[in-house]
Amino acid sequence: MDRFLFLTLDGLSRGAVYAAFALSLVLIWRAARIVNFAQGAMAVAAVYVAYSVSTSTGSYWLGFLAAIAAGLLLGTVVDLAVMRFVDHRSPLNPVIVALGLVLLIQAVLGMIYGNEFRPAEPPFSRSARTVGGLAVGSPYDLFVVATVAAVVVALAWTFTRTAIGLRMRASAFAPEVSRLLGVKVGGMLTLGWALASGVGALAGMLIIPTELGLHPHAMDLVFVSAFTAAVVGGLDSPPGAVVGGLLVGLLLSYVSGYAGSDLTPLAVLALLLAVLLVRPAGLFAPVTARQV
Amino acid sequence: MTGGDLLTVRGLVAGYGAGPVLHEIDLTVARGTIAAVVGANGAGKTTLLRALSGTLRPVAGQVVLAGEDLRGTPVEQLVRRGVAHVPEGRGVIGELTVDENLRLGGLWRRDRADARRALDEVYQLFEPLARRRRQHGHQLSGGERQMLALGRALVGRPRLLLLDEPSLGLAPRVVAQTMALLRHLRDSTGLTVLLVEQNVRSALSVADQGVVMSLGRVVHTAPAARLRDDDDLRHAYLGF
Repeated sequence: MDRFLFLTLDGLSRGAVYAAFALSLVLIWRAARIVNFAQGAMAVAAVYVAYSVSTSTGSYWLGFLAAIAAGLLLGTVVDLAVMRFVDHRSPLNPVIVALGLVLLIQAVLGMIYGNEFRPAEPPFSRSARTVGGLAVGSPYDLFVVATVAAVVVALAWTFTRTAIGLRMRASAFAPEVSRLLGVKVGGMLTLGWALASGVGALAGMLIIPTELGLHPHAMDLVFVSAFTAAVVGGLDSPPGAVVGGLLVGLLLSYVSGYAGSDLTPLAVLALLLAVLLVRPAGLFAPVTARQV
Repeated sequence: MTGGDLLTVRGLVAGYGAGPVLHEIDLTVARGTIAAVVGANGAGKTTLLRALSGTLRPVAGQVVLAGEDLRGTPVEQLVRRGVAHVPEGRGVIGELTVDENLRLGGLWRRDRADARRALDEVYQLFEPLARRRRQHGHQLSGGERQMLALGRALVGRPRLLLLDEPSLGLAPRVVAQTMALLRHLRDSTGLTVLLVEQNVRSALSVADQGVVMSLGRVVHTAPAARLRDDDDLRHAYLGF
């Protein structure tokens, strides 16, 4: 029972990060109809910026802020300098370009920082605490869950309650009509990329200290898990991404706890396959009427 | 400033790549009047509106609004010049609520207080919309979508309203209400309207000026009342 509780808490903490990362994929999908396969590499680049800032200033938090800023900036640059020039008529084009970006970013990171693991220290202890004999997770777990929750609430509020959020949603749903109503659709698209990449950078900052360390490929497996989470949620649905992220986090935690951590990549792919076979539009897609 | 021409179009040529659809269109619309562009399917009516609003970039010609040349104005700047374009199919965003659709129409305005006032006025003008504020666009009936599209354009307090086939897919009663509303807006606020219609009878019943298009050219311009009564012209171009 203790073990189950421990695995559940661990799963929720990992799941929160997957949720954030899945959310960043959903943000870009909704704004630009692109699955950004470069999101993981972009997040790693932002975490390297944090690494540089933290090593030179000695402050984790300055590095944390630098990572978010780098994420926002990188998203802006990728949209304005790369994706804007990609022919979107075939959905494959942006995918290939994104994969090219992955290679480019990882190669550049390797040239600057080298292809070795660098230590990434969490700002809080990662050893689990108990209160009155009940496991409550580690201080770092609490930090992760609270940070992701704050980001989710802030994004939801921005999108549903502010003028800029309304503009962003309108641009995503109906770009031509939005333009006629005076919305600068291109700017909204760039803002979507910046926000998504900022959230991706945050997810990278949160999860890399719980893994082997910082490396140009550090987010590769996380990307697969988060992509699965986004697909489970339906790619189009921000709440779906959050629930999908938590589900994937729990699944991986149980599989690694009860069956061995070697099996987790397999479990993610099995889940992805199952969702694509049974509910290809995701768990949160409206059930369409079926003709008999 | 009252009277005079609000919109002047000279030698407008536009198309979609394989040769022009519009050939040298000349057109003027007087301030505070309703002009109806009528003609058979394929006459170039929708293309004309798209070229006027810049959603389709003209190849040649001038579009002058109150003395200002609109050429090269980005589409998203058009509302700031006072032009509201309600596209064919009306462009209600189904995923947004009625209230969000309407607010979107006024987001570009600096005068936030007046944007709110305009929103309230639209809710008074279209009572059914006020009752369905929180519903999504795709839950509305055809007539309600029409109200929403018109209302959303009015929230921007346009000088010129471009309407593409406002009668499309609507019951005759709703079409009559729409036309009556346009007349009311013209008389009470001095709004200038350019509408294109296949429904010639309704369009000419409300319009001050009729413009007949055929195969991408303006073939006749006359007061709408005279056009209504000219049997030869009706037979030749409008088919009834």
